Amino acid sequence: MIEVRNVSKWFRETQVLINVSTAFEKGKNNLIIGRSGSGKTVLMKSIVGLFDVEQGEILFDNVPLSSMDFNMRKTLRQEIGMLFQGGALFDSMTVEENVMFPSSMFTDMTDSEQRDRANFCLKRVNLINTNKLFPSEISGGMKKRVAIARAIVMNPKYLFCDEPNSGLDPLTSNLIDNLISEITQEYNMTTIINTHDMNSVLEIGDKVAFIFEGKLWWEGDKNTILKTDNKELYDFVYATELTKLLRK
Amino acid sequence: MKPLTEVGEYVLLMRRVFLKPDKPKVFNRQVLIEMDNLGLDSLPIVAIISVFVGVVIAMQTAFNIDSPLMPSYSVGFTTRQSLILEFSPTIVSLLLAGKIGSRISSEIGTMRISDQIDALEIMGINSANFLILPKIIATMIINPILVIISMFLGIFGGWVICVIKNLVTTTHYIEGIVLDFELYSVFYSLVKTIVFAFLITSVSAYYGYKVSGGALEVGRASTKAVVSSSIMIILFNVIITLLLLG
Repeated sequence: MIEVRNVSKWFRETQVLINVSTAFEKGKNNLIIGRSGSGKTVLMKSIVGLFDVEQGEILFDNVPLSSMDFNMRKTLRQEIGMLFQGGALFDSMTVEENVMFPSSMFTDMTDSEQRDRANFCLKRVNLINTNKLFPSEISGGMKKRVAIARAIVMNPKYLFCDEPNSGLDPLTSNLIDNLISEITQEYNMTTIINTHDMNSVLEIGDKVAFIFEGKLWWEGDKNTILKTDNKELYDFVYATELTKLLRK
Repeated sequence: MKPLTEVGEYVLLMRRVFLKPDKPKVFNRQVLIEMDNLGLDSLPIVAIISVFVGVVIAMQTAFNIDSPLMPSYSVGFTTRQSLILEFSPTIVSLLLAGKIGSRISSEIGTMRISDQIDALEIMGINSANFLILPKIIATMIINPILVIISMFLGIFGGWVICVIKNLVTTTHYIEGIVLDFELYSVFYSLVKTIVFAFLITSVSAYYGYKVSGGALEVGRASTKAVVSSSIMIILFNVIITLLLLG
C-alpha cells in the first residue's frame, strides 16, 4: 500500500500540491484524475521520488520515503515499474533489449534467462514477432505494451502509469486499460494510474481520486463517480456531449 | 551569475558521473558501443581533413621558401611540426567538438524530453553515470588514436603533394620529418587530446542532460554544447601549452 500524508509541493512561488492525503491499496487500480495542470503528474512524480516534497510524507508499505537512505531508495526503485505517457522506450535498443534491460542491470540471470523472461512478458502483453524491431518501427499502442512488459519484467510491487492511453484510439485504450487491470490483479501490485480519460475511470476505476487546483477534491470509485453532486467533479465528468447525453 | 551557476551544476553532475557503475559488464559493453559510435564513425572525416591539411601545409611551406639558404628539408620539418603540435590535437578536436559534441548533446537531450532519463532513474539507475561515463571513457581512449592516425595521414598527404608537384624530393621530405624529432611533442599532443576529449564529452553531455522543454531546446543545447566545448578547447590549449612547453 502507498500512503500520501499532507503532501505539499511548490515550484518557486507556485504551490502545485496543497495538503494532499490519500491511500492507494494493493491489488486495486487506483486512478488519479483531474484536468490538465491540476497537479496529478506532480503528485505521481513526487510519489515515485522524482520530485522531493517540501511538506508531508509518502509511505511505501508503512515505510516513509524520507527515512530511506540511498540504498533503500535504490532497492525500492527496483520494486517500481513505471509506464510513461510516451512509453519512454530506449530508442537505441530493440523491443526485446528494452524489456531485458532491467534484468540485465539488476539480476545475475544469464542472457538466455533474461531473454526467456522478456519473451514471457512480451507474450503476456500480447506482443509476438516484434522482438527485433526498434521503437521507431512499432505503433503507439505497441509501444505502450512494450513499456508495460518492461515495467513488469522485475515483478514489481508497485506500478505507476502516467496517462497510459493518451494518443490511442478507443479500442486500443480499452485494451491497455484491461491489460493493466489484469496484471495488477495477477501480480497483486499497488497500481496508480494518472488519467483524464473517463472511459478508463468507468472501465477499471477501483479507486478514484480527483485532484482540483492541487487539492484532493473528491475520492470514490467508478460506481459513485457518476452520481456525484460535487460541482467541479461534475463539470469534469460531464464535460463532453457524449457523457451529458448518457446522463440524460 | 549564470555562468557561475552553470559551472556549479556541471561540477555537481560530474560528481554523479564519476561514481562506480551499477554493473561493470554492462558498462564495458557501453564503452565499446560508444567507441564505435563516437570514434570510428569520425574516422572518415578526420582522415579526409588530415590528408588535405598535410597537402596544404607542405605546399604553402614549399611556395614560401624563396631563400636558397633555407634547406629543402624544411618542408617535411614544418609539416611534421604543424601537424603534431597543433593541427592534429587541436583542430581535429575542434572538428570533433562539432561532430560528436552535437551528437552527444542532442542524444541525451532527446532522452531527457522523452522521459527516457526519468525511466532510468525510476529503475534505480544513476542515469548520469550510465549515460555519460561510457562516452567520456570512450572518447578519452579513441580520440588519441584518431589524432595519431591524423598525424600519419597529414604527413603522408604532404609527401604525396611533394612528389606530384615535384616540390622537394622524397629523401629531403623524409629528412625533414625525422630531423630533431622529439617524442615529447607527441606526448604533449596526446595529453592535449585526452583533456580535450574529456571537455568535449562532459560539456556536451551537461548541456544535453539539463534540457527541459521540447525539440527547440534540444537544438539550442546542441549549439551551446559545440560553442562552449570549442571555447574550452581553445582555453585549455593555452593552459596545457604553458604547463608542458612554457
